[in-house]
Amino acid sequence: MNPDTKEKSYQIFSGILEEAQRRKSEFDADPAPKIHICLATCGIASGALETKKAFEEALNEQNIKARIHTVGCIGHCYAEPVVVIDYQESGFPPIFYPEVTPGKAKMLVKFFLKEGDPRLEHVLGATQENEMIPSVMEFSRFNQEKRVVMEKCGHIDPEDIYDYIADGGYVAFEKALRRDPVEIITEIQKSGLRGRGGAGFPTGQKWDLARNAKEKDKIVICNADEGDPGAYMDRTILESNPHQVLESMAICAYTVGAEKALVYVRSEYPLAVKIITKAIKQAKELGLLGKEILGTTFDLDIEVFQGSGAFVCGEETALIQSIEGYRGMPQHRPPYPVHKGLWGKPTVINNVKTLASIPPIIKKGAAWYRKIGTEKSPGTAIFSIVGNVTHPGLVEIPMGVSLRTLIFDICGGIPNKKNFKAVQIGGPSGGCLPEDFLDTPIDFDSLTEAGAMMGSGGMVVMDEDNCMVDVAKYFLDFTQNESCGKCTFCRIGTMHLLGILDRITIGEGNPDDLDILQNLSEDIKSGSLCGLGKTAPNPVLTSLRYFLDEYKAHINEKRCPGMTCRKLTAYYIDLEKCARGCDACVGCCPVDAVFTTSNRKKGIDQVLCVKCGECMVACPPDYDAVMRVSPPELAPVIERPKEAVEESK
Amino acid sequence: MDEGLTAEEIEIINDMPSRLADFSKERGMLIPVLQMLQDTLGYLPKEVIAIVADYLDLTESDVYGVATFYNQFRFNPPGKNPIKVCLGTACHVKGGDIILENFERKLEIKEGETTPDREFSIERVACVGCCAIAPVALLGETVHGNMAPSKVEGIILRIHVEKEKEEREKQKE
Repeated sequence: MNPDTKEKSYQIFSGILEEAQRRKSEFDADPAPKIHICLATCGIASGALETKKAFEEALNEQNIKARIHTVGCIGHCYAEPVVVIDYQESGFPPIFYPEVTPGKAKMLVKFFLKEGDPRLEHVLGATQENEMIPSVMEFSRFNQEKRVVMEKCGHIDPEDIYDYIADGGYVAFEKALRRDPVEIITEIQKSGLRGRGGAGFPTGQKWDLARNAKEKDKIVICNADEGDPGAYMDRTILESNPHQVLESMAICAYTVGAEKALVYVRSEYPLAVKIITKAIKQAKELGLLGKEILGTTFDLDIEVFQGSGAFVCGEETALIQSIEGYRGMPQHRPPYPVHKGLWGKPTVINNVKTLASIPPIIKKGAAWYRKIGTEKSPGTAIFSIVGNVTHPGLVEIPMGVSLRTLIFDICGGIPNKKNFKAVQIGGPSGGCLPEDFLDTPIDFDSLTEAGAMMGSGGMVVMDEDNCMVDVAKYFLDFTQNESCGKCTFCRIGTMHLLGILDRITIGEGNPDDLDILQNLSEDIKSGSLCGLGKTAPNPVLTSLRYFLDEYKAHINEKRCPGMTCRKLTAYYIDLEKCARGCDACVGCCPVDAVFTTSNRKKGIDQVLCVKCGECMVACPPDYDAVMRVSPPELAPVIERPKEAVEESK
Repeated sequence: MDEGLTAEEIEIINDMPSRLADFSKERGMLIPVLQMLQDTLGYLPKEVIAIVADYLDLTESDVYGVATFYNQFRFNPPGKNPIKVCLGTACHVKGGDIILENFERKLEIKEGETTPDREFSIERVACVGCCAIAPVALLGETVHGNMAPSKVEGIILRIHVEKEKEEREKQKE
């Protein structure tokens, strides 16, 4: 690019930046209190829209002027709906309120905004250092995180491009436009960035291959086909900071020489689709996308393609098939998409998180990025931690942090005084790791070595009440359903694996099953073309390796140690503890299995019982009379009195 | 025409040529076209498959093959009160299957089916992204967190009560 154009693009961008800063300082200078509400899918699911409405109504009623600033997700799912109130005139720093229900919203308006009392009992912490209220940064859930990709998530309004620009957005793109593409590739190669989609392929190398591909009309695709049933960070990024992804796609397209790009996002993410579509429109209006971007000769057109919900379409060749209008079945590689991809053109496909890592790298340099994480896996990893853990949500940590730190320090450990049993990492392709592996550092290679994998970044924490066979079965059921059917081993092998696991969980397993599971799993791995089949048996293999005892208990003793497999457990009522005249369990039973014995205590009809556990929850803690046992034969038989039988009819 | 089609659906199907006109006649348009039709109709009746095949110059089996491959497309009408039970990993660990089973038992249909009066339908979905309040079920667009079997009954009962109330009010008018 010649120096004149460079100068011109810089000037055009400076104009946009000035406007963004003007808007921001106007917002900041407004003395009215500011209410930041997290409105991503997870917040909305927890009722953030009702909270917002309650704020608006209360402000109206009390006749208070305040500005409501809608932001994306901050990642603290346990605290949703999250609200941050910045009321400078009150003398307090900006305050983070968790679980703000509509009632709490009205109360905060009345007490804090009207009377200046921030109601400290409802506060999680201040978002800035100060002398009055402990800062949230004193909690490990906050201070042990390292935010690179999600730095701006939950702080900016995803539907306002100026909010992103004022916070340093599109600076990297403008900087990239003034550099030689080869330099950009070298920078990314130096940063050591590896693809965050799961496989960990070096991103710089992928871009280099695409840049050197001879054919024209190259295409850039952002892969947001997040199909893992327990991972939602890609959605969160698209919903909370879509422009960081678009900026990166523009940098990528400029670097490899593409003029067309696609965001492939699941149609199950309607809010993400809406937000990214709006973001593209805004970027076009400012001349950051479209024709002659920032006055240069570079054109880029970005479109959104909605995936239709097939897990296998996260695999790049299957993704391409589905855009072309076919069944999403993976194809043989080579040729790799960087040589021959969508419509036969060279295609770069990057995951959302990979792309979102790039603007910070360009802005702050490869050396800065290298300092985060480990030697072989630089940068950060994002996990969605769910299951039996105190503070679930999205966590971004530097690579190399141990699982123990992540689960116990950052996420608060296991609730209800239960013991840790295992952590399942990497979704359906990953594996279960037991306590012995808690000191494993989190990076691509260490996890693969332990038998799990980074995969999508889904992480499920399990306590003593979870059954490992059941979890393996759950994931197998998922992959079996999602197998595209191309390779015999994946199509039929996973079905048989699932069949065997099914038998084991209902107490019909036999000792030979263990060998068959092992061998069949290995055959499926070697007999499948794509990552889905190659990794589908991982949950079985790792649970066999680390939790063989549990398989044996199911098979030999017909006992489920986690008391999860319903065919192998039973509920009964301890007549010693049961109180006469209390009907809590009778009322809650969905199948009328609880009956009254002749002395007005309660019994459970084992034939009718569906083992949902409601009676156990309903039984008042004073009595605590409902017991769960495995194997079911351990439950004492309590005869249903005759009149009760007739009554139930 | 299928006897199950409503008058409204027949009208939409008759109007299909104008709706399809926005899409170019390329294979790559197949999935967007099917998505648009499902958005409008709520499902893909078999009459629609034939029209799409004709428009894009594909065989019906080709269109059907693609449509059945993807989870998004459904071939029976959704109920007025679509129930989606989340069976993502977190919900599974916290007993989402028990919730699903309770809906199935109460409504006497299986997941993927619609009650004969088209009032309810049950679907299982993967993670809806509010794992912190697992297990979760969606009624229409409303998320119900920390589900329990007794809540299932409550939800269904409430819909029945509301419906009866509506009918009573109609009669008054």
